[in-house]
Amino acid sequence: MSGSVSVFGADERRTLVAPIVANNPIGVQVLGICSALAVTTRMDKALVMGIGVILVTALANLAVSLVRNHTPGSIRIIVQLSIIASLVIVVDQVLKAYLYELSLELSVYVGLIITNCIVMGRAEGFAMQNPPWLSFVDGIGNGVGYALVLLLVAFARELLGAGRVFGLQLLPLAKDGGWYQPNGLMLLAPSALFIIALLIWLLRTLKPELQERD
Amino acid sequence: MPRVDSTRYTFLFAAAVCIACALVVATSAVLLEPRQAANQRFYMYKNVLLAAGLVEPDTDLSDAELREIFRKNIRVRLVDFERGELVPEGKVDVQRFDQRRARDDPATSRPAPPNRAGISRVPHLGLVYLVAPKGEVEQLVLAVEGLGMWGTIYGFVALDKDARTVRGLTYYDQKETPGLGGEIGNPKWQALWRGRKPYDDQWQARITVIKGSAGPAEQDPLRVDGLSGATITSNAVTRLMQFWLGDDGYGRWLRRYREGGLA
Repeated sequence: MSGSVSVFGADERRTLVAPIVANNPIGVQVLGICSALAVTTRMDKALVMGIGVILVTALANLAVSLVRNHTPGSIRIIVQLSIIASLVIVVDQVLKAYLYELSLELSVYVGLIITNCIVMGRAEGFAMQNPPWLSFVDGIGNGVGYALVLLLVAFARELLGAGRVFGLQLLPLAKDGGWYQPNGLMLLAPSALFIIALLIWLLRTLKPELQERD
Repeated sequence: MPRVDSTRYTFLFAAAVCIACALVVATSAVLLEPRQAANQRFYMYKNVLLAAGLVEPDTDLSDAELREIFRKNIRVRLVDFERGELVPEGKVDVQRFDQRRARDDPATSRPAPPNRAGISRVPHLGLVYLVAPKGEVEQLVLAVEGLGMWGTIYGFVALDKDARTVRGLTYYDQKETPGLGGEIGNPKWQALWRGRKPYDDQWQARITVIKGSAGPAEQDPLRVDGLSGATITSNAVTRLMQFWLGDDGYGRWLRRYREGGLA
């Protein structure tokens, strides 16, 4: 590791930036799809969910990395899971205390961050081999990569499905005397699958090295 | 210190992780609990006010203002469903009464009679919010719930003081499909209920969410517009409203109230 002089050197920058586009957990690794389908009907839900995942991934990575040299290999997965689960519960509790109405709408999906493959994947795949600070940065990067895709999907779904962005009516609906006929499919889970597929397609077209050889 | 891979160390490490995680979770739960309980109560209050039409759906009133409106206008009482009467004031602490908890506790509930609303238990007591801004009761706000498409739908329905006309309703906690069944949370659809009369001339709760459009409330008092693409949710609303307005819910008390008022 080179970055002993500056706290945020080249290593950190690469670790932070890579998962945002080039190695995006949803777009490239196709992880964390489940919640991306569920909480992307509105931008505000996607944003809160994204922040939740950023916090959990970063802190879980930090904690897992801190104890990585003391963790017996035979129970490392369950140790990671305990740490992640505890953090998710805390996030859920904080939401219920400070963003109550939104927490009602997110309902089970906050709890399901536990099963989000990204969190577990980064803990096992990165934090177990890397020092705490770099792991923390990696967690932030992957969380941001996830949140970004969530927000993109939510933007398309909320705009086309309800004519709104962050609850703000941009396209006046036909039923309220406007011209826009909302696309109800956009509010159902399958639409997220199509949008994510389109994003993956776009990403793979822009970066041909991601395509597997037949 | 034993080796990292020894059995003893593994057990010790696992125990340490458990304790550390438990401490984090317990601390957050205990510290945030008062705020969460206050949020929950406040959210209920707000929805009672919405059902009764005392605040507008897109209100930007502060928490304190809403609390003040609630305090000035609403008297919270409990109804004994089976006996059809109000529980005397002071007998049960209404401020701390939690209807969902009462429903789940075998000591304070009974198995529901067969019904199509997906209700498996009915609490012995249920909340009624009396809207009485000047001392005299003007509306009765009842708590309703039932199984929707993806989960339980919770709401409030406000009846006029005649106990036969709907003044308003809210569904404040529901997991119906956003944009389809989820439209039961839409104030515009909820406004269609205003003025409907949910009972037929035998005092059976007959209000029905139909497929398609119902007439205006005066001409078509027993029917409400359906939600397109949401037949299951529409039926669920019909069934839960009929259940809670019927004799297994608030029906007995409402009948007595119509005859003799609050006595």
